[in-house]
Amino acid sequence: MASLIAGAVDCDVHPAVPHLTSLLPYLNDYWRDQVTTRGMVDLVSQSYPKNSPIVARPDWRPETGKPGESLEDMQRHVLDPFQIKHAICNPLYGVQMVFSEDMQAAFCRALNQWLAKEWLDRDPRLRGSIVIPTQSVEKSVAEIERCAQDRRFVQVLMLVMGDIPLGKRALWPIYETAERLDLPIGIHAGSAYHNPPTAVGWGSYHIEDYVGQAQAFQTQLTSLIVEGVFAKFPRLKMVMLESGVSWISPYLWRLHKFWRGVRMETPWVDRAPHEIVRSNIRFSLQPFDAPPDEATLIRLFDHMQSDELVLFSTDYPHWQFDGQDALPEGLTPDLVRKIMIDNPHATYPRLI
Amino acid sequence: MNIQFRESSEAASPLTTKTAIADCDIHPARATRTELYPYLAKRWQHHLEIYGVHAYQGMMEGPPYPKAQPNASRRDAYPPEGGPQGSSLSFMQKQLLDPNNVQLGVLNPLNTGQGIRNHELSAALCSAINDWQIDKWTSRDKRLKASIVVGNEDGLSAAAEIRERAGDKNFVQVLLLSRNVEPLGQRRYWPIYQAAEEAGLPVGIHAFGFGGNPITPSGWPSYYIEEMVGHSQCQQSALASLVLEGVFERFPKLKMVMIEAGFGWAPSLAWRLDKVWQRLRSEVPHVKRPPSEYIREQVWWTTQPMEDPERREDLFDVINWIGWDRLLFATDYPHWDYDEPLRVLPAGVSEANREAFYLGNAKKLYGLS
Repeated sequence: MASLIAGAVDCDVHPAVPHLTSLLPYLNDYWRDQVTTRGMVDLVSQSYPKNSPIVARPDWRPETGKPGESLEDMQRHVLDPFQIKHAICNPLYGVQMVFSEDMQAAFCRALNQWLAKEWLDRDPRLRGSIVIPTQSVEKSVAEIERCAQDRRFVQVLMLVMGDIPLGKRALWPIYETAERLDLPIGIHAGSAYHNPPTAVGWGSYHIEDYVGQAQAFQTQLTSLIVEGVFAKFPRLKMVMLESGVSWISPYLWRLHKFWRGVRMETPWVDRAPHEIVRSNIRFSLQPFDAPPDEATLIRLFDHMQSDELVLFSTDYPHWQFDGQDALPEGLTPDLVRKIMIDNPHATYPRLI
Repeated sequence: MNIQFRESSEAASPLTTKTAIADCDIHPARATRTELYPYLAKRWQHHLEIYGVHAYQGMMEGPPYPKAQPNASRRDAYPPEGGPQGSSLSFMQKQLLDPNNVQLGVLNPLNTGQGIRNHELSAALCSAINDWQIDKWTSRDKRLKASIVVGNEDGLSAAAEIRERAGDKNFVQVLLLSRNVEPLGQRRYWPIYQAAEEAGLPVGIHAFGFGGNPITPSGWPSYYIEEMVGHSQCQQSALASLVLEGVFERFPKLKMVMIEAGFGWAPSLAWRLDKVWQRLRSEVPHVKRPPSEYIREQVWWTTQPMEDPERREDLFDVINWIGWDRLLFATDYPHWDYDEPLRVLPAGVSEANREAFYLGNAKKLYGLS
């Protein structure tokens, strides 16, 4: 297999909030009272049930508590053995699911403060993503501006399934702020469950929701491209996190065909979709959703016609690979270096 | 792709030099608004006049996203005698069937009784459209074969319609659309699959339809292009549902055709399903084999709209991963994103694969060998 190299950036690790009560120290009196008086329970998303096999590798699963809640475990499982220089923390706590924008804003702020204090302060390799209350664009912008003063926050984090498609103009102040402050937008798998988790309705199973993440990413890329986000914010980078990668090229071939056919509908899209993706969109490596053979991998990367699209990730503690096999078979040493070091640094200006 | 205002598309295609093809996605249209009325009870004629079809979308007339062209169809496909594109058999013969040497043309009527909220009306309209397909099309041109259109949200009445038409050689498949009230693997649709399997008919799942769900899992997008591209995501979710609900396991002789949703996504979806199934199979013990095996054995794909890579030969990788024996050529006539038979395949395809792609696979699947 391709050899890992030291000094990589792991672009997708998931520190877990042990319980909603863990955020109480970061809430003001009103919200602390709301949480306790109303008997609010832990905000665990159906996207990631704690005991689901995919949510924690067997040897990364703690005896008690949530997978990913211990810094010492993260150090022992991933930061040390993979010789990681920086790991970007993407908390998947279910704050996006609540419907009140005030409550969402309070929880996001608490979550970001918790991340800075309980993770970033305790290991200098860690970097953070700013979780935002997307139901209020105004409050999202304020939270980005507040957190961005801390240079350890290196991106803004949104879910791939929210209230409205991500390209919609209403969200553009978020993108304007992120571009101005050198923050890529990370779009992570998961749903706020404010819409059915597939475009054809509610499936029966957790596995169906998980498979469906890839289709959600596809629809969001279409929205972001055709609404003109990257014509308006050409320096903005977006990173598709835990998205899968094998669908990218065939998806773009279809989008390209229809763009050629109906581009009169969105005349501001003045570059071919694959060019926009190559300049503005990146994808995390895991889960690598292709068969484990070298021949297929070579064809898939050749179809992309770019060695800059993919960023290294372990997706810790999720179970995407075993042992140290974070790199799929068949990557050349040059491509490994691009994926593990060069591409992340080119994507995240705040990483130094 | 679209061919706008071409003076004489049939003149450009000399008949004699062409090998025979199957066109597995042709859309016949009604010439007038009331063309179905002779096949409908008076009650439903009155109902339609007063209340309309009451679909799972808001517009009384027309689609929620305005199409790129009138009726989403080629501007050169208006019949000389009037009526919308695709509404004249003689012009379809002249523009599509004769010049392209179409030996088998599979009709997939749209805007029928599918995707409407009144299920009784849905069943009546579907039955009417099936009679109409025989009267207006298949009985007048033996190259054309019909699809049994069924009221998609009421599995029992749909199954009854299939059983009534079973054995009628005018019909070669059952037709569903990809977007429904629930994902297509759900139990409410199983009677359709059971009846189709019993009748020995493939079930074609055509892109489009309405079930009330936003066309992205993050809500309603802004543009027609998002709907058009989004049909492939809907199709992927529908197919994932069929696999994960165990439809292929429960109906092992059932064959399904993915129509007008592209096929480039198929390998990636199958790989993803396999990988996740390895982790989460305890949740779906009824899915006994790797999902890709069911897909490889029981699913076919029509070609249009063919994905459009910068390097056209990249498409061969995808076709090799799917299997040359699983693709069915289709033009989507008379729609604007029509794929031209002569230009659709890059050079470098073996004679056997070319024959399978254009004709052989379709004849075998539809039992017309």
